[in-house]
Amino acid sequence: MIRVMIPLALAVLALFAASLLTGPAGIGVRDGLAALVAGDGGPLTLIMREIRLPRAILALMIGGSLGLAGAAMQGYLRNPLAEPGLIGVSGSAALGAVLALQTGLAASFALGLPLMALAGALIGVMLVMLLAGPRGASLTLILAGIAVSALAGALVSLVLNLSPNPFAASEMMFWMMGSLADRSMLHVWLAAPLMALGAGLLLTLGRGLDALTLGEDAAEAMGVPLSRLRLQLVIGTACVVGAGTAVAGAIGFVGLVVPHILRPLVGARPSRLLWASTLGGAAMLLAADIAVRLILPERDLKLGVVTALVGAPLFLHLILKLRKERI
Amino acid sequence: MTLLSLRDLSVSLHGRAVLRDVTLEIGAGEFVGLIGPNGAGKTTLMRAALGLIPAIGESNLAQLLQGARARRAAWMPQAREIAWPVSVEDVVMLGRMPHRDRGRRPTAQDRARVDEAIAWMGLEEMRHRGATRLSGGEQARVLIARALAQEAPLLMADEPIAGLDPAHQIMTMQTFAGLAAHGRSVLVSLHDLGIAARHCTRIVMLDEGRLVADGPPAEVLTPERLAHVFGITAWYRQTADGPVYQPLEVIR
Repeated sequence: MIRVMIPLALAVLALFAASLLTGPAGIGVRDGLAALVAGDGGPLTLIMREIRLPRAILALMIGGSLGLAGAAMQGYLRNPLAEPGLIGVSGSAALGAVLALQTGLAASFALGLPLMALAGALIGVMLVMLLAGPRGASLTLILAGIAVSALAGALVSLVLNLSPNPFAASEMMFWMMGSLADRSMLHVWLAAPLMALGAGLLLTLGRGLDALTLGEDAAEAMGVPLSRLRLQLVIGTACVVGAGTAVAGAIGFVGLVVPHILRPLVGARPSRLLWASTLGGAAMLLAADIAVRLILPERDLKLGVVTALVGAPLFLHLILKLRKERI
Repeated sequence: MTLLSLRDLSVSLHGRAVLRDVTLEIGAGEFVGLIGPNGAGKTTLMRAALGLIPAIGESNLAQLLQGARARRAAWMPQAREIAWPVSVEDVVMLGRMPHRDRGRRPTAQDRARVDEAIAWMGLEEMRHRGATRLSGGEQARVLIARALAQEAPLLMADEPIAGLDPAHQIMTMQTFAGLAAHGRSVLVSLHDLGIAARHCTRIVMLDEGRLVADGPPAEVLTPERLAHVFGITAWYRQTADGPVYQPLEVIR
């Protein structure tokens, strides 16, 4: 366990530092860190504190919570194909955001879009809980999530369809691809409390998820309160994914691929995977956000595009590996 | 001491009575075989007794809080699920969960119980292997070891020996009998009447959700009941090697 966690933690630290030092301004390592810590009030400090720091913090928080939520969701559903978006939260958050752009709320004040996205996520998760019911098997949760995702997706398409001009439509499309560019500390403060709450709920699921390895019946007989566990999982996931989508748009594949890669390294135990996946997700998103700035700095490459481009082949590789093992 | 006490336990699913007014007491040191045709309500009886499904009537276990119940009764469901390739040792250690506080590392006692359970089920050689890579029968033994490690006074298992080779079927039944000899009790559902007659101290027979017979194997497994409940004939002798029971023909 320690052998996995320490390298991961070191990787996160290194990538966080690298993220702070990456950008078009070309600030040196020493100058940059001095401006960040000491703060001389000059433009360097402004860039470090107002542009790069929030970006790096958001990548850390969102990546970590996507990894965590992915590990928790896979553990609960006992399915390596599960991901945090499954319960429809990211879809309904996207709908809220698109509506904010359509109605002009996003333009009228800074937090209009993230707040609308959060409202969307909240409505989405309430719908899912209503559909899935207080008790019941994990299958009903999946079905409810798919239904809400599909509905949110259809409504997003409708908004795009009815958008007044191509610019508005492309603005929405670009937002949905996910990005951390031009975010401020305001975004960090908006997302942080929700993410802390969600992470707290998800990180304490380890014991129950371990027991669920043996199925729902066996876990319940071992003293795991399944209804409470599910509620905790759904609310926790909704908090972290809703907040993440609200400030950064939809970023896929992190929650799917990271737990999958790290599972063999932690002896496949769901409780250990929660922590490892948190660090792994943070590392992956920090790396992807650095890549976005290095590969095509002038074209504003979207973060969600990069995670999908990296994640999909990685996932294919894992499937092929799995297939070989089964034979 | 009564480990399981059911009074007029009834379960209805979708308006159909699956279990009707079952009253059953199991004391310490009993090895009870639960038999009955498919759909007789064996699984339902055990799940309702544990409080895993809503039921009418009384069950001493269902009244307990979940944590306390897990220390009183261990449950091995029929579906043998091991979702992740965790090691055999880790699976068996899950059985210690009701005895461990949240976030606490396993104590020497936890490890001793796990070693014991692994030895009982003959799993020493595979204890570090991934449980999902084992054969179905081996997985069943791992899950039995998990239930044994839970160290509850009452062990309930749903068809624990289905799919095991003959040697491990006998070994498992002897392990259960050993538990009973040491004052713990075991309730297992079985389809192999011969195995049940040979190893169990007591047989409970269910038919269409009702408890139709309860007593020592020789008293319960009468030709009339077998004909009426299972629709079969059987050959039964008390031999020098113990009771031998062999189902023969279908009669309906």
